[in-house]
Amino acid sequence: MAGTKTEENPIETRSVLGMHLAKTLVGLALGLALTTPLAASPVPDGWQAIREQARGQTVYWNAWAGDTRINGYIAWVGQQMAETHGVEVVHVKLDDTSTAISRVIAEKAADNQDDGSIDLVWLNGENFAAMREHELLYGPFTDTLPNFALTRPADNPEVATDFTLPTDGFESPWGKAQITFYHDAQEVESPPTSIEALLDWAEAHPGRFSYPRIPDFTGSTFLKQVLIALTDDRQALDAPVAQSDFDRLTAPLWDYLDALHPHLWRSGRQFPDSGPELRSLMGAGELSLAFTFQPSEPAAAVADFELPPSTRSYVLDGGTLGNVHFVAIPFNSPHKAAALVLANFLLSPEAQAHKQDLSVWGDRTVLDVAHLDEASRRRFSDEADNPAMLAPEALSQTLPEPHPSWMTALQAAWQTRYTAQ
Amino acid sequence: MKTTSHPLALERIRIALGTKTLVEIDTLIDPGEVLTVMGPSGAGKSTLLAMIAGFLDPAFEARGRIWLRGRDITALPAEARGVGLLFQDPLLFPHLSVAGNLRFGMPRRVKDKNARIEQALHDVGLAGFGSRDPATLSGGQQARIALIRLLLSEPAAVLLDEPFSRLDRQLRHEMRRLVFDRLHHAGLPSLLVTHDHEDAEDAGGPLITLA
Amino acid sequence: MLLRLTPVVVLVLLVVPILAGVAMALLPAFGYLPALGGESFSLAPWRELLAQPGLARSVGISLASGLITTALSLAVVLLFLAVAADTRLDRWLRRLVSPLLALPHAAAAFGLAFLIAPSGLLARLFSPGLTGWEQPPDWLILQDPWGLSLMLGLVIKELPFLLLMSLAALPQLDAPRRVALARSLGYHPTTAWLKGVAPALYPLIRLPVYAVIAFASSVVDVAMILGPTLPPTLAVSVLEWFHDPDLAKRFLAAAGAVLQLGVTLAALLIWWGLECLTRRLGRRWVENGRRRGGERWLRLTGRGFLIITTLTAGLGLIGLALYSVAGFWRFPDALPTTLTPRHWQTALPALGGPVATTLVIATSATLLAMLLTLAALEHEQRRGRRTATLALLYLPLIVPQIAFLFGLMVLLESLDIRARLPLVILTHLLFVLPYVFLSMAESYRHFDPRWTRLALTLGHSPNAAFWRVRLPMLLAPILTAAAVGMAVSIGQYLPTLLLGGGRIATVTTEAVSLASGGNRRIIGVWALVQAILPLLGFILAMGLPRLLWSHRRGMQGAP
Repeated sequence: MAGTKTEENPIETRSVLGMHLAKTLVGLALGLALTTPLAASPVPDGWQAIREQARGQTVYWNAWAGDTRINGYIAWVGQQMAETHGVEVVHVKLDDTSTAISRVIAEKAADNQDDGSIDLVWLNGENFAAMREHELLYGPFTDTLPNFALTRPADNPEVATDFTLPTDGFESPWGKAQITFYHDAQEVESPPTSIEALLDWAEAHPGRFSYPRIPDFTGSTFLKQVLIALTDDRQALDAPVAQSDFDRLTAPLWDYLDALHPHLWRSGRQFPDSGPELRSLMGAGELSLAFTFQPSEPAAAVADFELPPSTRSYVLDGGTLGNVHFVAIPFNSPHKAAALVLANFLLSPEAQAHKQDLSVWGDRTVLDVAHLDEASRRRFSDEADNPAMLAPEALSQTLPEPHPSWMTALQAAWQTRYTAQ
Repeated sequence: MKTTSHPLALERIRIALGTKTLVEIDTLIDPGEVLTVMGPSGAGKSTLLAMIAGFLDPAFEARGRIWLRGRDITALPAEARGVGLLFQDPLLFPHLSVAGNLRFGMPRRVKDKNARIEQALHDVGLAGFGSRDPATLSGGQQARIALIRLLLSEPAAVLLDEPFSRLDRQLRHEMRRLVFDRLHHAGLPSLLVTHDHEDAEDAGGPLITLA
Repeated sequence: MLLRLTPVVVLVLLVVPILAGVAMALLPAFGYLPALGGESFSLAPWRELLAQPGLARSVGISLASGLITTALSLAVVLLFLAVAADTRLDRWLRRLVSPLLALPHAAAAFGLAFLIAPSGLLARLFSPGLTGWEQPPDWLILQDPWGLSLMLGLVIKELPFLLLMSLAALPQLDAPRRVALARSLGYHPTTAWLKGVAPALYPLIRLPVYAVIAFASSVVDVAMILGPTLPPTLAVSVLEWFHDPDLAKRFLAAAGAVLQLGVTLAALLIWWGLECLTRRLGRRWVENGRRRGGERWLRLTGRGFLIITTLTAGLGLIGLALYSVAGFWRFPDALPTTLTPRHWQTALPALGGPVATTLVIATSATLLAMLLTLAALEHEQRRGRRTATLALLYLPLIVPQIAFLFGLMVLLESLDIRARLPLVILTHLLFVLPYVFLSMAESYRHFDPRWTRLALTLGHSPNAAFWRVRLPMLLAPILTAAAVGMAVSIGQYLPTLLLGGGRIATVTTEAVSLASGGNRRIIGVWALVQAILPLLGFILAMGLPRLLWSHRRGMQGAP
């Protein structure tokens, strides 16, 4: 591997060692459990050979497309890939990641082993857990990617952990998300900074706060945030839900929601459809306080005229839930080599820095910037302070996600409790 | 215009709907002769025309034979029979010009169509009308165009389906004379279906009344 | 002869995929889907389905929106036709039918949402002046739990459809003479129409009415935008289960899809029952001898509703347009503080590909549909009687998309058929063909048969008569039907997504995926793009015959 150092890999000797370490670690974590069916178009050994095979291939990248900035970034990635790697990237625009998973299932059901329609998919959490469980993914592959070492997984376990599950090298990190609250400072001067304070605030400002309707991803994360804040047994959340007394553990959550709902937007009889819908309602003046999973979203929305310039962001005292999002390759992708080259490019300092640029997308990097070489590090130089943007140190307190089974259990319980009341 | 010396023979025609016999006819129409068929509504006049022209609804049961130009045309499709039709309305195709309407009816083999169209228009007093939009013509003009379209198509026999009933009194008389003259001149055996006794008188041929 | 095969071809193209798709939904609904570990049949998916919170309510809303939407649309159409005279307003209203029909459902739904939301255009127009609102009121108007906004949104789209179908069917009833006769017996014109024409009109538009019931009881896109959420309508729930990351929910979703089919059939059955009842009661009413009563009220509702519907759709479009160029737009402001071309500038470079794909698919599907429709109708003409099997054309309109598309996708996958563009075109054809046929049939069947006979007696073959007489003379209705077909194709979302393997990007798939970002400005841009394409089709359809026949007066008022 060390001999295949490439121009988009500005790694120094020190990092090459780190890469080997990472390889070893990932290998150990995998327990050598290579259960994935063999692909018919075998991916060659060695990065150079992979790049050779990738040239001329087309990658069908299935990615949520609800944001023009993200779409713009993916288009930029496509240009770079075409110019430097001879790989064409087609952004298959999804309104819901599960659409892509449905497709892989249908293909597997039809015994389509090597000519799938998806080469790369943007996902994390439940979706990853589900695809992994049903053996719909190709891998492990992350240790094949020269740039993966730049994340220094040994020191930053979150890049190889997805909702407490080890990724086992079946998905490659791409960016970071964290629950971030935002408000219009002209309207709300002192927003609540804890889950407890949020209840008081909602009582004092009826109808001005809400969270997305479960099973929405962002809405479900809010439930987890509340649960973490109120539970007395945080450790239980790291294990599958079946190992806990769900009713006892979640009782404080339901008490809290029962108290909160009457003071929410539409008195809690209706909820916004999604995280982005919260932003839309903020822009329309229907809400005074909202939150997002993308820390850069409020600042981007200000730039896009959706939110007033007086918008400010913050995280709760004690931190908020955060996670890493990934890209994975379906088991039957016909263009795995190109998908690997694309995943590797997404991890390059160039691509990661461009992505973190607030005028592009503002999604935080998964690279361990402090350990990059000087030139690469400079790419990530701080932007001029954007008042709507969080200070980077605010995101230092990231709470880990509970085991994915909690999300499913919370969703089901919420729906039983609050549907058709 | 081409003349023909063949008669139209209707040999033991019998048309029935279910068990009810509508029309029974056995006759010969000589070249240049106009046979008039009269009768109340529902007597089967139009059914008889439809059978001769080749449009009979399959619900009807028809027997007998139709002979024209020495051929049995009973089983031929409408377009191969050589039977021309003149309707109550002139029915000039609204998407074609006057000349287009005339050309539409002319057999393919005919040469110098334009000259013949011009001549025909001239003959009915409509010289220079070739490029006109039919919708801009008066009722009488349209009726005359319809007639020469029929004649230019060189039929071997002609069926007239109350062709004068929609015209006003004055015009009706003129048109009758024009039509019967032309048919006689062309030597075409013709069958006229009408309610109007004056039609029958002007036609001057034999008369059959259906019950 | 090829023509004779048409009904068979039509049936194979329409019926086989749907039945196969339904069959492939039935298997997982009873626990069989080996790819997900379902190796044996069981009733577990049904038990899980019945245990879903709010299922009864979902089913109830689906049923109600199917029946109430249809009843309301039909009532307004009949009332309008009863009171319509040859006034300028009525002619204008009739002419607006086609553009309204062209408006894609999702665009209409977004327009309505932007209009009636508490922070929407209407509230802004009257705030704070009349209402005193500085903040939007916390009112549950959109996505209300009773499905009222959903039904309103559906009426906006179904009303023009039923009106167009009625206008196409009316000529064969000779309504003016019936009304004149009743008036001579002392009936008020409106009552005369309702008693003398409406009972004869209904049987002619019965199938379109059934299609509306089926559509309104199973619609997905409009229900996602305007429908209730806790719980959503059954069709939306089914889609959510299909989309759940928990793959075990696929069985539940399949059972739900089968239930949806049952709900739609139940809605049809209930309607049919009501139809019988109305016929019995209605006959008594028709014969009761009352010659007038409530005309003023009838006139007001008939016209009023149609005007409100048209205005709502129009204002909704204006709302979309405003958002598409809006800078920041604080609540009570009726207009955006600043205007910006930025949203369009971002969208325009991305438009080319999807627009081209959309046009290729819509044109191919419409051409195929037109070919089959004309062949079927011409066959019918030459045969001299109607082909009964053609009633099966309505199958794609009656069977909910969600009940067979997923199954169809799995089936095609297992047959290893992956010609994506042709598959998408063929699936669009499923939905385009019935609408093209519906739009064409009446004009074709009532085309004066003497024209063709005339052509035959002038020595032309039936084929020449078709090409040189029937086709040019029916150009206007053919183009209108083509525009309807294009509009239907352009609006398709699920078929494009599922059969295209996600790789076929049309303006509608783009619009839906961008709409998931909730940015009203971007939604405005794409909803307008989605609305403009079919509208252009209708403008062409109306303008082209006038241009072509500008020197033929007889073709100006063509059927």
